[in-house]
Amino acid sequence: MEKKALLISGNESCVEGALYAGIQFFAGYPITPSSEIPEGLSRKLPKYGGVMIQMEDEIAAMAAVIGASLTGKKSMTATSGPGFSLKQENLGFASFNEIPCVVVDVMRGGPSTGAPTGPSQGDVMQARWGTHGDHPIVALAPNSIPEIFTETVRAFNISEKYRVPVILLLDEIIAHMRERMVFPEKGELEVIERTGPTVPPDQYKPFDVSNSPLPLVPPMAAYGTGYRFHVTGLNHRIDGFPTNNGEIIEKELHRIMEKIDLYKKDMFRTEAYMLDDAEVGIVAYGSSARAAKYAVNELRKQGIKAGMLRYVTIWPFEENAVEKLAQKVKFIVVPELNMGQLIFEVERAAKGRTKVHGVNRVNIEIIHPHDIMEKVKELSHGI
Amino acid sequence: MSKNTEIRLSGEGGQGLILAGVILASAALLEGKNAAQSQYYGPESRGGISKSEVVISDGEIIYPEVADPDLVLVLSDVATAPYTKDIRRDDTLVLFDSDTVKKFPDLKHGRVYKLPFTMTAHDKLGKPFIANIIALGTIVGLTDVVSKESIEKAVLARVPRGTEELNKTALLEGFELATTIKK
Repeated sequence: MEKKALLISGNESCVEGALYAGIQFFAGYPITPSSEIPEGLSRKLPKYGGVMIQMEDEIAAMAAVIGASLTGKKSMTATSGPGFSLKQENLGFASFNEIPCVVVDVMRGGPSTGAPTGPSQGDVMQARWGTHGDHPIVALAPNSIPEIFTETVRAFNISEKYRVPVILLLDEIIAHMRERMVFPEKGELEVIERTGPTVPPDQYKPFDVSNSPLPLVPPMAAYGTGYRFHVTGLNHRIDGFPTNNGEIIEKELHRIMEKIDLYKKDMFRTEAYMLDDAEVGIVAYGSSARAAKYAVNELRKQGIKAGMLRYVTIWPFEENAVEKLAQKVKFIVVPELNMGQLIFEVERAAKGRTKVHGVNRVNIEIIHPHDIMEKVKELSHGI
Repeated sequence: MSKNTEIRLSGEGGQGLILAGVILASAALLEGKNAAQSQYYGPESRGGISKSEVVISDGEIIYPEVADPDLVLVLSDVATAPYTKDIRRDDTLVLFDSDTVKKFPDLKHGRVYKLPFTMTAHDKLGKPFIANIIALGTIVGLTDVVSKESIEKAVLARVPRGTEELNKTALLEGFELATTIKK
């Protein structure tokens, strides 16, 4: 029997993806353009035996998510720019203590309160560096309603498997847009559960990786199961208690960063479109990538061999893909709904092998394929 | 690559444009087609500029918004300037509401028609707010982007219970308006 196609929005797709991944706890504070996520989960999550709480603000919501995750529950929150700013301190706590959680940020026009209903991709750098200090983080940026579903599932999987907060970076366009969606069946997509302790409670140390099934990833005990352990925002030893020992501080910081480096290939996801014979490279992500793909097709009709490299995983950033592209194209164009953020990573990875140009908009309109086509044509004339 | 049909419904908040877009996209799905529906609206619940865009295709929809409009509906003066500026073809249909739009622009491209969506809603159905469904009927009648049966099914699935007959009549009025200009 053919499965039924539904017309649903990106935020609704995120709700369904979270339920598929086995979300058990959601805490949030409503904010446009993300509010349909708590709205949907408030109706559905209790039916799945989970808990949804509207907290007094975004700071408390992030704290609640951390608490729930420490009890072994798959946890998520959803917000937008101003709320994402408020979550940063606790997000740093989660990152440092390797607490799995998914933070959805539906980007809207900024800075500050900005344009609540206007689209933006202005939080790319905030997703990476919003909280202070060197810290591990993962960010995923899908570009369609079906991909929001699969990337939500993947966000939970990466978070639970590697003990790292994962940011799901949506933008207002794909969050509010409706598209055709056919839900995957149970078992069609992999769903990963976190690894529990391998030692009895009296021997358990929360950041000990000496017996980890996955190197550098400490097994995680759940509060309320007989395991007691300390978590703190201070630099800590492998037993969780604070330390001022520089050697231990450095070793632990290196471990949590090297953990991402060790498993980044499992986290990377990019799409190559018409790159084999490309002479012009377009590097894009999120809703701007849809304009980019359209522009590639139109440019090829006009005799310009363009191709697109799309980043689904933004952080960690897969440098090799840009490096390879930079060696063969005449120039690279990076369309972004901000004043230029991911372009810095692209330039860094291109290492001066080719010129990198931005196509940017901050007038709360979506990037139009013609914006990209005009830029490419203008640059092509100069060659 | 199959040609997409790109439709833009524009006006102001409260005119039911987003609902109309969702209904049109749902009707396309009922026929096994692909559809993407997007929107813009301001923070105001009524009166601010608003639009809803629907792209319908037999194949993949790459760019989800209107890149090259086949039809633009304008129900309010505030929408005229921003949402008619990218009309580049002479066969693009541009439908203005003859009552709620006061100033008609001099467009370089497009086939322009002024139609009494709101007046029909007001005078014949006694409900000015149902102009959106009348306009949907006209759009389907003019473009055949979906069948009349599919749009009726999609309308009835999305409107409040008890208003089915009213909405069916509104659609019929819309089909009728389309025949007045169809060649």
